[in-house]
Amino acid sequence: MENIDWSLVNWSRAQFALTAMYHWIFVPLTLGITFIIAIMETIYVKTMDEKWKQITKFWMAVFGINFAIGVSTGIILEFEFGTNWSNYSWFVGDIFGAPLAIEGIMAFFMESTFIAIMFFGWNKVSKKVHLLSTWLVAFGSNLSALWILVANGWMQNPVGMRFNPETMRNEMNNFWEVLFNPVAVNKFIHTIMSSYIVGAVFVVGISAWYILKNREEILAKRSIIVASIFGLAASFATILTGDESARVVAKYQPMKFAAMEALYNGKQNAPLVAIGFFGKSPNEAHRLEEFAMKIEIPNALSYLAFLDPNAYVPGISDLVHGNKEHNIPSYNEKIASGKMAIDALAAFKKAKKEGNETLAQDQLKIFENNFENFGYGYYYGKDAHMLMPNVKLSFYSFHIMVILGGYFMLLFILIVYFMYKDKLTQKKWLLWAAIWTIPLVYIASEAGWVVAEVGRQPWVIQDLMPNIAAVSRIDASAVQTTFFLFLLVFTVLLIAEIKIMLNQIKKGSQH
Amino acid sequence: MFEQLSHLALQQYWWAIVSLLGALLVFLLFIQGGQTLIYTLGKNEIQRKIIINTLGRKWELTFTTLVTFGGAFFASFPLFYSTSFGGAYWVWMSILFVFIIQAVSYEFRSKKGNFLGHKTYEVFLYINGMIGSILLGVAVSTFFTGSPFSVDLDNLVQLKNMPIISSWETPYHGLEALWTLKSLAFMQNITLGLAVFFLSRALALQYFQNQIDHKDIMDHTHKQLKINVVLFLVFFLFWLIRLMFLNGFAVQVETHEIYMVPNKYFYNLIEMPWTLVLLLVGVINVIWGFFINIFKKSDKGFWFTGIGTVMTVFTLFSIAGYNHTSFYPSTFDLQSSLTIENASSSKYTLTVMSYVSLMVPFVIAYIIYAWKKMDQNKLTQSEIEQEHHAY
Repeated sequence: MENIDWSLVNWSRAQFALTAMYHWIFVPLTLGITFIIAIMETIYVKTMDEKWKQITKFWMAVFGINFAIGVSTGIILEFEFGTNWSNYSWFVGDIFGAPLAIEGIMAFFMESTFIAIMFFGWNKVSKKVHLLSTWLVAFGSNLSALWILVANGWMQNPVGMRFNPETMRNEMNNFWEVLFNPVAVNKFIHTIMSSYIVGAVFVVGISAWYILKNREEILAKRSIIVASIFGLAASFATILTGDESARVVAKYQPMKFAAMEALYNGKQNAPLVAIGFFGKSPNEAHRLEEFAMKIEIPNALSYLAFLDPNAYVPGISDLVHGNKEHNIPSYNEKIASGKMAIDALAAFKKAKKEGNETLAQDQLKIFENNFENFGYGYYYGKDAHMLMPNVKLSFYSFHIMVILGGYFMLLFILIVYFMYKDKLTQKKWLLWAAIWTIPLVYIASEAGWVVAEVGRQPWVIQDLMPNIAAVSRIDASAVQTTFFLFLLVFTVLLIAEIKIMLNQIKKGSQH
Repeated sequence: MFEQLSHLALQQYWWAIVSLLGALLVFLLFIQGGQTLIYTLGKNEIQRKIIINTLGRKWELTFTTLVTFGGAFFASFPLFYSTSFGGAYWVWMSILFVFIIQAVSYEFRSKKGNFLGHKTYEVFLYINGMIGSILLGVAVSTFFTGSPFSVDLDNLVQLKNMPIISSWETPYHGLEALWTLKSLAFMQNITLGLAVFFLSRALALQYFQNQIDHKDIMDHTHKQLKINVVLFLVFFLFWLIRLMFLNGFAVQVETHEIYMVPNKYFYNLIEMPWTLVLLLVGVINVIWGFFINIFKKSDKGFWFTGIGTVMTVFTLFSIAGYNHTSFYPSTFDLQSSLTIENASSSKYTLTVMSYVSLMVPFVIAYIIYAWKKMDQNKLTQSEIEQEHHAY
């Protein structure tokens, strides 16, 4: 492509990243805390202990504050696919739109209908109906996560579709392949499990603060029992699915995998960088990032990626320049193939218009043979290194996520252990650690999305559509304006939310 | 089951679903209308609190319907999603922006430490109520008056410039709907915007009469209802009557070319008699609802007006999309106009989505159940004072 409006592309990316990251501050807490609340209310209905009702209501009030702002940031994301990524909306709308619509019909209505009963229905419906409503809010929010993650998983590994040259778009031909896409299944389980950790850390952290302040003793202790067991189970599941996720990424998105580990030159018995820091980048043009310091675990990366310590893991350089020994084509070969696909599609359309059916069929064959590299064609005449993601950001966010994930499990093990021994209230250092883990859990959760989304750049749809071919035709200045407007509004609302939340926590359950 | 239907039948089915969601959305905009009446009806803090809490138990339904309306449009007619949202950028962004500030306002308004003060959140609710309903009305009106865009799918394979398939042909990206002089489109668009605004207020007043047990607030609703009903009827009837005389965007059956036809929307009503019947029944219901609340002091008019609104708006969407009509016409390049055939998803996707749509009656059933349970008694001052989760 000769003329790319980089300003438009970059501001569109920035706006989507901004709204997604703000949205993700609020969503994981909703996903996790709704189940914790539902468990608490179940105990109340089983035991009829009014204290459990009070505890349930307290966490519901906290949840309500968080939920509203999650909703308000979420609406933008759905519509931004149209407003800022209009080409994308047509190119894959036939597949991508369906999960979004199903999300609305199946999940959002369930959530929004029963949340009214959950908040205001204590004296209007029976205890069992109220309890059912609370569980349905939890299921509704998680069901919503399922569909949006199916959509996201499809972008990372497009399956269950074929390109229709007549309509110039991809069309779904197997819904079940889209739904049970291995990337989507893994992404869903890993994401919701990690969100349960966020909910659990939040509840444990605040409860720890109450214990340290000698307030709300029953609320704090009971909340810690429910949340820490819930959090420990979620931590195990997150680590297991995270491990599986490494193999899924290594298989379907090898460049992302190599960037996550900053592996430039592929190797057998590849070591895993447990901890590493980059030095100054000596080679700007090829974006080669070198470690100033690193600690490696021998063979671990090969094992992580292919369950075989001797397996070959391709590096960034192998993927960009190709590696004949391991049968990896270079990006320049893929760009040439993609260009052939684009040219053949143009020739097919022209031949069709002219009524030359033989030529059209010939061109169609060329197109179909090269379609898997279609998106690379938009980089014709450009430096193949532009197809690399930001290595530093991918590496650091991946390692922050993994290290903190391990720490959360350790924290929950200690809390459950000391709780079992009835010594938790004496372990002040652990209670303080629980409080300071609240910001860390948000950092880990955001870092997970940074790995997933930065690591796959520049692909909006893996190998088929790069971001430069997905944007809307609008002025970059218009996107810039809305970017700063959203930044301002979201920041103000976030400040308001934190202040309200802190007030609510200070007030406690007696209000 | 749905596999047996033709692609066209599925496109028509999905246009009906999108129309139903659009119609429900307009009905549910009574929340927005109510938000513009907080200070008109509530003369002190407790009165305002009652009004806000009455609305606050339903705001998410409107919000969810808007999101689902967008999602259903994306899934069934992605070319509309791509063309309109990416083109009329400022209109849609303005609508979205006012919905962002709405979502938090209920929850944050009365909370301590809310950073901006409760009045700011009430202003947010007012802005959402006014701008949201007017702009949605303007956006729907462009389904009849057209917009300046072009679509060329072949752009996807040109590598000289950005391969973008649709372009908006004015720098105002949708806002020109407010001042386009050709065929006096601006007048038509603004009129529908105002009609929706006053309808949402009138519906909200009927909802308050149905839901609130507070004498002072009720006294104010009676006077306000008369004013808003008159204004709604003036703007809506002007818009509807003028629509019958407008040139419409017709689709040539064999060639799929778009061409202009005088009185197209009037003929659509005549050629599809069920739409005429639905429109008449809808309008009569709307007026009957107003009549019984104003002249018989009933509090049940909300339901008649609500059902009538859904029927009327459903009819309007139907005459915009059915009977070989372009539902999203282009005034810049007639042949770029969107129809339910050229803008839709594939047969396979519409079939899959049609199975999902079988859940809609189930969803409506539990919404009705929840609504009935929550609204079985009118909201009183004492209930608000005792409520744990009051806004």
